[in-house]
Amino acid sequence: MLRKIITPVLAILIFLGLWELLVWANGWPNYKMASPSDLPPAFWKYKELFLLMGWQTLWRTVVGLLLAVIVGTLIGMIIGFSKLARDALYPLLVGFNAIPKATLVPVISLIFIGQHDFNTILMAFMISFFPIAVSVGIGLSTLEPEYRDILRALGASRFTIFRKIALPKTLPEFFGALKVSATLAFIGTNLVEIVSPHGRGLGALFKSGETNGDYPLMFAVLIALAVLGIVLYYAVIFLERTFAGWADREGT
Amino acid sequence: MRGCCPGAPTFKGFLLIENLIEIKGARHAYQTASGPLPVLDGLDVAVPAGTFAAVVGPSGCGKSTLTKLVAGLMKPDEGEVWLHGERVTGPRKTVGMAFQNPVLLEWRSILDNVILPLEIVAPKMPTKDRTARAMELLEMVGLAGFENKRPSELSGGMRQRASLCRSIVHKPEVLILDEPFGALDAFTREDLWQTMRDLRAAEPFTAVLITHDLRESVFLGDQVIVLSGRPARTQYVMDVDLPADRTLDVLFTPPAAEMLHTLRDQIKIAQGRADEGGV
Repeated sequence: MLRKIITPVLAILIFLGLWELLVWANGWPNYKMASPSDLPPAFWKYKELFLLMGWQTLWRTVVGLLLAVIVGTLIGMIIGFSKLARDALYPLLVGFNAIPKATLVPVISLIFIGQHDFNTILMAFMISFFPIAVSVGIGLSTLEPEYRDILRALGASRFTIFRKIALPKTLPEFFGALKVSATLAFIGTNLVEIVSPHGRGLGALFKSGETNGDYPLMFAVLIALAVLGIVLYYAVIFLERTFAGWADREGT
Repeated sequence: MRGCCPGAPTFKGFLLIENLIEIKGARHAYQTASGPLPVLDGLDVAVPAGTFAAVVGPSGCGKSTLTKLVAGLMKPDEGEVWLHGERVTGPRKTVGMAFQNPVLLEWRSILDNVILPLEIVAPKMPTKDRTARAMELLEMVGLAGFENKRPSELSGGMRQRASLCRSIVHKPEVLILDEPFGALDAFTREDLWQTMRDLRAAEPFTAVLITHDLRESVFLGDQVIVLSGRPARTQYVMDVDLPADRTLDVLFTPPAAEMLHTLRDQIKIAQGRADEGGV
């Protein structure tokens, strides 16, 4: 257990050390690349802003991700159960996913003008539902017919079969996708916060650092985003252990 | 009993229906991209109550289609399927199924896997009774002490034993076995044959066993039905005239050898290779 904590902490310390060394060896000034030792003062100087804007980024990302889970699972169920829907929806979904989401920021900013929270959540959702929809869809459509038949032969309803077999069997794929989606949702939130800033979220803080030439602040924001990403990732891992821990066959 | 068949003979209040499972003249074709693919063409099966019918035939001849007909999972294009004197029109709770793949649910313990059909068939049954029933079966197949394990912690043979328990936990009238021993090694398979024989003596089901193994069909069956190549029809029916409490040794006696030989010849006919030389 102790080793499980020490190993990643050590890896992070080594990474920071190498970064410090790189900046020091090249003699780079702050405005070219900040070094880790510049970051604590930057965090301390803007600590209220980091807490406030970090929270804004976090809650909007989580709400967008929840929306992605709900809508992604529904789409996954539709394409998983109906071949017709699969044939019809796949090209649309893939095409939508292929659009660089940065190009959509001005579009949604114009459609829902001034609705900054809504726009941010919408972008976090749009960028992160695809992996969930695809993995749930594949999980359901590749369910071996025998799994269905053991209950179907007893006259169980489609809903019962879904609840007792298809849903739990799809959970490992679902959580695999959720880990990807959780980090994607952060990208979505920050895209809106940076491209169309309303003075809210870590993206706006980054933008203001850029405007003011405060390079240590920009790097501090990047680190804060990384920390939030790690927190959300491990929250997903915790949920996975709780609900799909059976899929982990370590030690058997 | 059900008032399904006015005038039918009874014995101590039980309906005397000669054949618990009866398929008459079933024909069926699957619709594929390249036109209809006939799989059944005149299938007749009659299984008396409480007996065990083994079905053999060349690969891909429609044996699994036969199981789906009996389970009510599909309807034939033509012909009739009767269970217990009633026309089969859909799934019914009195059927149990086991497949070559044990399809145990990894997120449930072995005990909860066995209980699964009871959750559908008898939702009001108290947990205590469900557990007792499942444990009774697990003990019978030698899995006592493994009830709290996950399926992945068991060997292939043990998983298949658990799958058999699940298929009969709700005391089905009809047990459908679709090559349940097909993926096991030869020794494990023979162990499972004996387990099946013991379960049969203890439980009241009527069984249809699909198999590729002629020795298995003779050891377990009261009758062996040979299907022709696709589209399948009933090509040959053999009554297995061996004692019910047969042991594996019976397979090495002259009557069994005779039967196996006859079946082998029938399979060759079904494969369209009857004119070839020695087996």
